[in-house]
Amino acid sequence: MSEAVIEVRGLTKRFGDKTVVDGLDMRVEKGQIYGFLGPNGSGKTTSIRMLCGLLTPDAGQGRCLGMDILTQAQRIKRRVGYMTQRFSWYEDLSIAENLRFAARLYGVPNVAQRVDQALDDLGLSARRQQLAGSLSGGWKQRLALAASLLHSPDLLLLDEPTAGVDPQARREFWEHIHDLTEAGITVLVSTHYMDEAERCHRLAYISAGRLLVEGTPQQVLDHVGLQTIVVEGASAAQRQSLAALEGVEQAVVFGTAVHLSGSNAERMGHSVGRYADQQRLRWQRVQASLEDAFIHLMQSQRGAGPNRSASTQAGAARGR
Amino acid sequence: MVYKEFIQMRRDRLTFAMMVGIPLLQLTLFGYAINTDPRQLPTAALISDDSPFARRFLAALQTSDYFQLGDRLDNAAQADRVLALGQAQFVVQIPSGFERELLRGERPQLLILADATDPSATGSALAALAELPNRLLAEQMRGPLAAYAPQAPPFDLVIQRRYNPEGLTEHNIVPGLMGVILTMTMIMMTAVAVTRERERGTMENLLATPVRPLEVMLGKILPYVGVAYVQVTLVVLAAMWLFAVPVRGSLALLYAAVGIFVLANLAVGVFFSTLARNQLQAMQMTFFFFLPSLLLSGFMFPFRGMPNWAQAIGELLPLTHFLRIVRGIMLKGNQAAEIFAHLPPLLVFTALALALGVLRFRRTLD
Repeated sequence: MSEAVIEVRGLTKRFGDKTVVDGLDMRVEKGQIYGFLGPNGSGKTTSIRMLCGLLTPDAGQGRCLGMDILTQAQRIKRRVGYMTQRFSWYEDLSIAENLRFAARLYGVPNVAQRVDQALDDLGLSARRQQLAGSLSGGWKQRLALAASLLHSPDLLLLDEPTAGVDPQARREFWEHIHDLTEAGITVLVSTHYMDEAERCHRLAYISAGRLLVEGTPQQVLDHVGLQTIVVEGASAAQRQSLAALEGVEQAVVFGTAVHLSGSNAERMGHSVGRYADQQRLRWQRVQASLEDAFIHLMQSQRGAGPNRSASTQAGAARGR
Repeated sequence: MVYKEFIQMRRDRLTFAMMVGIPLLQLTLFGYAINTDPRQLPTAALISDDSPFARRFLAALQTSDYFQLGDRLDNAAQADRVLALGQAQFVVQIPSGFERELLRGERPQLLILADATDPSATGSALAALAELPNRLLAEQMRGPLAAYAPQAPPFDLVIQRRYNPEGLTEHNIVPGLMGVILTMTMIMMTAVAVTRERERGTMENLLATPVRPLEVMLGKILPYVGVAYVQVTLVVLAAMWLFAVPVRGSLALLYAAVGIFVLANLAVGVFFSTLARNQLQAMQMTFFFFLPSLLLSGFMFPFRGMPNWAQAIGELLPLTHFLRIVRGIMLKGNQAAEIFAHLPPLLVFTALALALGVLRFRRTLD
């Protein structure tokens, strides 16, 4: 087993009488990209804040970079780079001024040199005097990442770093993250994008402050044990019927296709196959996607309810 | 649209409270607290001629309702001191042998020393005083003495308006304005600046760095100390060149006192920033603090004209004490020893506000 960068047990945080994070156990190994997934308000941000010493846990213990998160938060902060969900550098400072400020906060030696280097890496040397507020979402994100890397941290905590960033910039961002881990940096990243989740070495899915599943993407899929059948060209009425079939737990529309998922493969295959053949619709079994798996997890957490109707799920899928 | 606006108004509890609270505050302050005709002003007496006349005169002062006789003083140095400290608004000085000279028709002088820093505080009392000799004599000079009853009073009532002999209101207003400007800008600037960091999420970023919360707070407020000194310098220069307000005391002493006062206001600002959820709320809180400061500190209206409860509130406000200090230094030429007498309440306020600000500032992180 390789060296653990983050190892926490029973991490708990309450705001008032609401338990936001409830007995979280987590282990992240050096050089990994660890994906942190879960619905909005599931406690991802709170967990990250506890790891970097912004919040004091109400219960639990753990070590981050070999230091105690309860007593050595100040020292942990020196070796952690934290990128917040919202752009949280100064829009009324220029790019170079923001970087210089960040470097001074961390007490980086040779500030001017480090900042020049970072600007070169970013490809922003020519626009160094531009105000950060005038940058697009993708550039702001790059700037924020550069600022959190100035002090050469050993651990990067990224809280939904790619929200509101275009696909091209997202892809480049992830290339960059992979390069960083090659260099030995450990990354904990929370995200809502499943393509990003697939790029992580390990995933943790939390819901209502509790860790539900943990492992590699494949392990997570195996754990959920979901089967998916894709049916092509079904009309709205047919989709309704498909969703109501025995064994179908989820029905999500993707363009002209509908993805039907269920945990009992045999029962679902039987009922869907018969109906599709009868209606002369093309169908095939595919591997369940992480997205299907997570929606399944979210649904089973909420329990069987009106959410399970096909139309609601189709709406939710489109809404995203 | 209107309906939506009302819904939002109701959601923002603080704004709603302010919208109701500010008019109520104004009504209370303007309606009950303010009185431009102050009575019962503390008056000390330096009596060297303990004659029936002197006693009659003091009694007449007392009954005029404008003067509240207090301490008997022993010498002129004490008289200077009570005026310099602002303990007494007036000192009545009856020289020795006053009655004897009066009866001889030698027109003795009866001296009234007034702390005229704020002309509006002493104005009506002095006007009442001018009426006094005639009334007094009319009842005194009866019977066998009626022959002496003169057209003009047989003594000279000399009124010495100290510190502001010409009764120029700007001499009172301009130094006071320094405190008002500092209160307004310091509280608002820090409250808004700190709230802005929180609102924009940059505070979270700062606190995730190795910088300590106290350092963040100090770093946020220190620049404003510089701003404060620029403002003070501007007011002092304007006072001297534009308004010809004298600066009788030491500027170094003034700048030192400004330091404490600024700290008090910055601490209030930080405290407000921990309560406010957005910049608008921070502004409203500033205003809620500023309004009583303006009205109850003795800046706009004479402090001694207010009812006791209003004076009690005024005594809690840092501006009240700073006004006494700044007027003391600029107009009265107060020295360090006299200024120290005004410091304890200001220091207590500063310490409390700082402690509260720091505690709340730390707590809001969690």
